[in-house]
Amino acid sequence: MIARLALASLTRRRGRTALTIAGVAVATAMLLDMVMLGSGMRESFRGFIEQQGFQLRLTPRGTMPFDSEATVGGAQALVARIAEDPEVVAVAPVLGAKLFTPRADSVVPAFLLGIDPAVQGDYVLAEGRDIAAPDEMVVNGAWLEATGVRLGDTIRVASGYDAQLRRFSGEGSVRVVGRGRFMMLAGGEKVAALPIATVQGMGGEDLRDRLSVVLVATRAGADVETVGRRIEASDARVSALSTEAALRFVDERLSYFRQLAFILASVSLITGFLLVTTLVTVSVNERIGEIAVMRAIGVARERIVVQVMLEGLVLSVIGAVLGLGLGIVTAKWLNEILSAFPGLPAAFDFFLFEPSAAVRSLGLIISCGIGAGLWPAWRATTLSIAQTLREEAVA
Amino acid sequence: MNLTQPVLSARDLRRAYLVAGAPVEAVRGLSLDVHPGEWVAVVGPSGCGKSTLLNLLGAIDRPTSGQLLIRGRDVAVMDDAEATRFRLTGIGFVFQRFYLMPTLSAAENVELPMAEAKRPRAEREARAKELLTYVGLGARTDHRPFQLSGGEQQRVAVARALANRPALLLADEPTGELDARTGEEMIALFDRLNRDGTTIVTVTHDEELAQAARRVIHMRDGVIVDDQVRRPLESVARPA
Ligand SMILES: Nc1ncnc2c1ncn2[C@@H]1O[C@H](COP(=O)(O)OP(=O)(O)OP(=O)(O)O)[C@@H](O)[C@H]1O
Ligand SMILES: [Mg+2]
Repeated sequence: MIARLALASLTRRRGRTALTIAGVAVATAMLLDMVMLGSGMRESFRGFIEQQGFQLRLTPRGTMPFDSEATVGGAQALVARIAEDPEVVAVAPVLGAKLFTPRADSVVPAFLLGIDPAVQGDYVLAEGRDIAAPDEMVVNGAWLEATGVRLGDTIRVASGYDAQLRRFSGEGSVRVVGRGRFMMLAGGEKVAALPIATVQGMGGEDLRDRLSVVLVATRAGADVETVGRRIEASDARVSALSTEAALRFVDERLSYFRQLAFILASVSLITGFLLVTTLVTVSVNERIGEIAVMRAIGVARERIVVQVMLEGLVLSVIGAVLGLGLGIVTAKWLNEILSAFPGLPAAFDFFLFEPSAAVRSLGLIISCGIGAGLWPAWRATTLSIAQTLREEAVA
Repeated sequence: MNLTQPVLSARDLRRAYLVAGAPVEAVRGLSLDVHPGEWVAVVGPSGCGKSTLLNLLGAIDRPTSGQLLIRGRDVAVMDDAEATRFRLTGIGFVFQRFYLMPTLSAAENVELPMAEAKRPRAEREARAKELLTYVGLGARTDHRPFQLSGGEQQRVAVARALANRPALLLADEPTGELDARTGEEMIALFDRLNRDGTTIVTVTHDEELAQAARRVIHMRDGVIVDDQVRRPLESVARPA
């Protein structure tokens, strides 16, 4: 009967209740989004920095860790030397270049990756098969769409193109054998991968025996930082960045975001709390006479507390559940907007849905809802019965 | 003279309020015994302390000093939980305004104190039906307060007050908000209740209500100035 009374008091003012629930839902959605934002960027970075089991990333010294323009020469010797390290189990050289594909009335430019098909960490095959010969190529969906080429087609491509003279350089014939998901590239960006030797060959003098990045996998249990320092000592042209160091680097950059997310999350929580407190307080004030009568006829304090708190609980639970849906929808939408930011890898998510984070957010909002009932419940049970009845009779 | 143990026994009861820093005594040294089966009407000019007295008798307010025994128990020393329990099982309250729970049906309103007393559902429902029939609302059990007239609401309130078979029924101006005819019906109901054995104390301005009571107490400035038994107790039957 106490539960009935609590629910009845919510249904008595439907509009007001609905507005409060909507408010709690918005606060929950905001809270959830902020929690998702806080962890999503970090986890995304981790995901694509860890790239299929490579713990070290070597880049030409003096360049930014993710710069793809700079290269170093003596690639073969460099790779061989790194592979000699007893702690190293795999070395994957990568050379960044450009690819031009002539079509009927246009030329489709794309980003070209020279990789070692046996050890590569740049893409995951999604369709077709992997590279098995020097002239076989794996591309991404955007490239297929732009060129209209189908898997299995053999086409002519070039590594250079002079738009004024309409002249190609570094031409060759390749067979498109697979479609892959390239983690490092922005959504919508066109990309293709060929064996590194093929790319070096197509590039002529410019790219002969060069590479732009080396991914290194170390033995399980190896001290990655030490291996990195050792490689740096053996070749002054490269600098090594471990996954962990990269993550720390990213983490530092993201700490601003996380603080912002934390503040906004707290604000949402406080807003939800105040909203529920306000509604429950108003509702208690409205029913103060009824509550005094209940007390006068012998309803125990605890029962009044339960009734008032139940009101806050119901509001926050419904609001939180709706907010969960709303939060996921808005996160998706915001993610799409933010992912369109030029130059961001396709695999990069700003918002990461983690069930545990969602449960935590819901838990926080619901605790707030319960907490929000405390003050009005305390007021409702400590009222002077005689005094309240007297004031109500006057009112 | 009455040989039965009093239901209610007040000795030198006082209740002072602080008004603008100065104590104002609404009840000042009042002594009173009420015996089982009595129907007492407390009358007197406005502000003489009638409601204050009734609130003390019903344990919803505490005396500043003095002793108040209800069925032999000292109300003044009870803590809140005890007093609440005492009100639930020992006292039935009828207020001037009907004060029903607007979201509950008539039957549920009557069941509320029984639910609080943890009576089994079947018993609650049966007794609510029985009580509503007793007050003449047997056909209106599912109606909500807003679907009932003022007189009907007040009768539901009486049924609610009787739910846990209290030793004492207290009513503050039970006819105060009713028109003359429904007021008369209410008086008839109280008369029937009293004849069936319910001990009643009513506070009233209503001459007719006072006339109907067996005993009329006049108050002035917080004390009893007159106490008359109009109709002596016949053989007293305990209420059903
Ligand atoms: N809570 C309170 N605070 C201050 N003064 C109060 C309070 N309650 C009652 N009083 C004062 O006590 C006196 C008695 O009030 P009470 O309500 O008992 O009178 P009453 O006889 O019931 O009057 P009425 O017939 O108008 O209902 C009045 O002077 C009133 O102003
Ligand atoms: Mg009064």
